[in-house]
Amino acid sequence: MELVCPAGTPAALRAAVEAGAHAVYCGFADETNARNFPGLNFTPEEMAEAVRFAHARSAKVLIAINTFPRAGAGPIWHRALANAENSGADAVILADIGLLAHAADRHPNLRRHLSVQAAAANPDAINLYAQAFGVRRVVLPRVLTVEEIAAINREVEVETEVFVFGGLCVMAEGRCSLSSYATGQSPNMNGVCSPASHVAYAEEGRELAARLGGFTIHRTPTGAPAPYPTLCKGCFTSGAQTGHIFEDPVSLDATHLIPRLAKAGVSALKIEGRQRSRAYVAQVVRAFRAAVEAQAAGRPLPEGALARLTEGQAATAGAYAKTWR
Amino acid sequence: MDLTVGPNFFFWPAETVRAFVADLSGTPVARVVLGELVCSKRLPFWQDEIPRAIETLQAAGKEVAVTSLALITLKRERKLTADLADLGVPVEVNDLSALAHVPRGRPFWVGPLVNVYNEGTLAWLARRGATRVCLPPELPLASIAVLAQAGRDLGIAVEVWGHGRLPLAISGRCYHARLHDRAKDSCQFVCGEDPDGRDVETLDGQPFLAVNGVQTLSQSTASAVHQVQALREAGVSALRLSPQSQGFASICRGWGAHLAGSLAADEFAATLTANTPGGRLSDGFIAGPAGAAWSGAKARPA
Repeated sequence: MELVCPAGTPAALRAAVEAGAHAVYCGFADETNARNFPGLNFTPEEMAEAVRFAHARSAKVLIAINTFPRAGAGPIWHRALANAENSGADAVILADIGLLAHAADRHPNLRRHLSVQAAAANPDAINLYAQAFGVRRVVLPRVLTVEEIAAINREVEVETEVFVFGGLCVMAEGRCSLSSYATGQSPNMNGVCSPASHVAYAEEGRELAARLGGFTIHRTPTGAPAPYPTLCKGCFTSGAQTGHIFEDPVSLDATHLIPRLAKAGVSALKIEGRQRSRAYVAQVVRAFRAAVEAQAAGRPLPEGALARLTEGQAATAGAYAKTWR
Repeated sequence: MDLTVGPNFFFWPAETVRAFVADLSGTPVARVVLGELVCSKRLPFWQDEIPRAIETLQAAGKEVAVTSLALITLKRERKLTADLADLGVPVEVNDLSALAHVPRGRPFWVGPLVNVYNEGTLAWLARRGATRVCLPPELPLASIAVLAQAGRDLGIAVEVWGHGRLPLAISGRCYHARLHDRAKDSCQFVCGEDPDGRDVETLDGQPFLAVNGVQTLSQSTASAVHQVQALREAGVSALRLSPQSQGFASICRGWGAHLAGSLAADEFAATLTANTPGGRLSDGFIAGPAGAAWSGAKARPA
């Protein structure tokens, strides 16, 4: 299986490639990609250089252009597609129907992957994107069990890619406007979720309140580690109950499912984390490369290396296990 | 500009649905979208009402469509989606995969849960046969204006969210079941206990969201009552009114009067505030700066 690794900066890309990534995904430094964070991402020149670096080491570069173009501003996204093709990238990762149509029409030789932001969750959707836009690979939304993924692979021709590690959306991605409800900024429109620009912390008595757009997302005792106030991982009250109504502050770890995902016909494993440091990226990629090699050779997974990655953090297998629902 | 009633998001008993449809017949809405949007497990309890409702509403002169589910994953759900075309009315696509089941050449509608953010997407949908599109509620007025104009050029009627708790997210996980320490597969239909969704507040008691099974809604009721003139000027052809359990027919009549100019915005907004679940309005997606904001309550989040 192909290991698809995140890179938020040229340095992280080099680290990922040197640590054994088969493919690296990244984006341009603007609103065209869904990790539009300050200080992250690539200029067109950096992208071309990154592709040269990766190709010289037999790694691929996949460019995420996976926000939904703003009405009237299509040329910004069209330029990103042209820059992607000029950089020599191996594929673009797209979510918007209009942009897919444009890419199929104007850049027919540029391989197209369907972003998780398109939320294609069944064979009918996947086959529609394949037929209409020549999509060759689909990143599956994190709402499916392993059994459902296997069933999908029996009915589609295109490759499937699944997230195995890192941040976890509990909502169907690309179909969530919780962030813009609280802050005006959304993943679909702006490439950001629960943006830092709208976060405020306040010491109140012996607690630290974390607010997003004025809404309290959680309170932690002063001095205790306070998780970032991501909206869907917040602590709320409903009726007599108080708690993490949507999801605990956990991250995804499906490493132990690698053999089952391979059996389910998955072509590529994706690691989340374009906002992470290159040291983190290198460590995670090295561990996963070893796991993927072991899987391919029929050896048991190297448990130790992977366990260290999540040490001290709460992790979940998310929707891959049916009971998560 | 006219009025479309969207699909009911909530799990109501069949007799409640029947009474709701009967009440709608006498309101000044032009069209109604029926069907189950949120959870296929609910359908067996009320699906027999759908053909009856189509008949009732058509007899009252309403245009009718039937929605797809918002998130289709199971084989059974794909079959249900394929069968929608047999009802003889347009399908409102709310998960793009439903489009795969619409016979080629048959007109269809597109609901607010399909990502139509730009003219390129609108044009592709027009080529496939879309005749009516309700835009995603998070779009600002500038985008609405561009898309309404593009819709006119493409022969697509463009609708905008006019009234109702906002559909903010859809998930594989059922939050209603989770609140009852159950999994989705053993939910025992607890979402039926909350006919307008179950309110979620922040730890500081701020009204915030509402859960409705696998769906997350806004706690506030979004209302375009202060934006009608701007939306008209933008070329929007219809406002979408999303059902609530109490007094919905009166709200539809209020909207009819407001569009006709016989009910002033401030007066109507006061009536709406008093008659929506939770008693709070918002219009920040259209008017800024964030979805939860309310232009009628200067600088105070709704």
